[in-house]
Amino acid sequence: MRSILPVLTVVAALLALWYAAVVPMNIKAALTDAERAGMTVQPEGAAARRDLSAIQLVLDNPSVISATFQQARPRLPAPHQVVVELWNTTAGQKVTSKRSLIYHGWVTLSATLLGFAIGTIAGGLLAVGIVHNRAMDMSVMPWAIASQTIPILAIAPMIIVVLNSIGVQGLLPKAIISAYLSFFPVVVGMVKGLRSPEAGQLDLLKTYHASAGQSLWKLRLPASLPYLFASLKVAIAAALVGAIIGELPTGAVSGLGARLLAGSYYGQTVQIWAALFGAAIAAAGLVGLVGWIERLVLTRMGMAK
Amino acid sequence: MIDAQGLQLVFPSQDGPVEALKDIDLTVSRGDFVSFIGPSGCGKTTLLRAIAGLEQPTGGTLTINGMSPDAARKSRAYGYVFQAAGLYPWRSIARNISLPLEIMGFSRAEQNRRVADALELVELGGFGRKYPWQLSGGMQQRASIARALAFDADILLMDEPFGALDEIVRDHLNEQLLELWKRTGKTIVFVTHSIPEAVFLSTRIVVMSPRPGRITQVIDSPLPRDRPLDIRDTPAFLDVAHQVRDGLRAEHAYD
Repeated sequence: MRSILPVLTVVAALLALWYAAVVPMNIKAALTDAERAGMTVQPEGAAARRDLSAIQLVLDNPSVISATFQQARPRLPAPHQVVVELWNTTAGQKVTSKRSLIYHGWVTLSATLLGFAIGTIAGGLLAVGIVHNRAMDMSVMPWAIASQTIPILAIAPMIIVVLNSIGVQGLLPKAIISAYLSFFPVVVGMVKGLRSPEAGQLDLLKTYHASAGQSLWKLRLPASLPYLFASLKVAIAAALVGAIIGELPTGAVSGLGARLLAGSYYGQTVQIWAALFGAAIAAAGLVGLVGWIERLVLTRMGMAK
Repeated sequence: MIDAQGLQLVFPSQDGPVEALKDIDLTVSRGDFVSFIGPSGCGKTTLLRAIAGLEQPTGGTLTINGMSPDAARKSRAYGYVFQAAGLYPWRSIARNISLPLEIMGFSRAEQNRRVADALELVELGGFGRKYPWQLSGGMQQRASIARALAFDADILLMDEPFGALDEIVRDHLNEQLLELWKRTGKTIVFVTHSIPEAVFLSTRIVVMSPRPGRITQVIDSPLPRDRPLDIRDTPAFLDVAHQVRDGLRAEHAYD
């Protein structure tokens, strides 16, 4: 409870900064609207205002400030506008409606979870291979690293085009882009985790003449779990980013990515920001869920820190 | 039972080869309790690991029950106790002790029977369901000894198993270990750097010295096999301890 005050202070500071930024960002459009509505503003005429600094315009026209918080298509929407949009598109709509952010969120989330599952399994298998096979150790890791240096925005359309040409459509292409981003932290974390048992622990199994499979199952895998969970938190957030990116190049009609795209086509900045916050809330929820499972599992295993 | 002739082990290192063991001649008979004692770097742990097949000798011969160390390891001829108990935190004490049994493919019923027996041997009956963090350091080390005993190998190799424990606990565990040795008739090879511990436990004490790691003296203890803790105040005990101390000191003078 003692931490609540600092947390609220930071939130208040961020909101204040945001509101402060809204005024100069939107002032020119607000002045144009006000002039059209018959108000007198300083200076008159959009052309005269074009080269003046936004701060100067705010100082000259304090009566227009409140209008900057209420525009339909602001350059930067005010926090309360985003909150209202979030509320209207979640609580204010049926979840099956195309206008419901929950509906779009679920479309993205289902691709995220499928991609996360594929990425985790692929990453885990690769890590097991890397730890047990010297050739894989030398050859796979450089490719895994190289794969992450390619901008995902560049490769996502190609994945979708290639998969589409072999008849794979819908959820799976997005999930594969998710998996592409999420397998990497799992590989890195699992390799580290599978190698975490000390030499003495491995010597002990050697004195039992244990096979590599037995060592993996009875020692390496359980010992790797703390590392795996740390990786899974990164991976699930990356999977969500991957699913959103996967929705951009296809002109998808549903999903958080589609909301972002549609918002930018039609200048609906409030909608874009609402979708962004929807994605952030979803990511925070997913990471929190993984953290909760982590605590549960590691406590049960006597490995909680 | 264990026989080494002219055993040699050289580790390659960046500043040239290091002679970890040189000209080791040693015979351990069935039922012996043999201790290796010496300063750090004298190769006592390396010798134990070579016997266990965890290090490869570079010269000489070494047989365990007439087999090579590797073959003996694969036929599970010995149980090994490390300095750290190394229990798995995610397994209960009973499940930790059944770990080697699972790996060796014992049936579930046989596992349970042997785990119960091993727990009794180290006086941990009733602690099977506990987890390692719920036990003291001494109890954890006893559990790790039970784990080494569970598959009933004839030989028990122990690498400073009580080195990290305080002296009171150590005395108690030494007494228990002797009791266990008498009851099971196992052959025990024990690494230590404590003179009282070596003298109290052993039928034979192997004094070793570093650079190169070698045996400088083998002392056959005249003490009876039945040893209460207060035997440590008898002249016979003090005499053996004196011999060991002299053996170790002679090497320091040599340095």
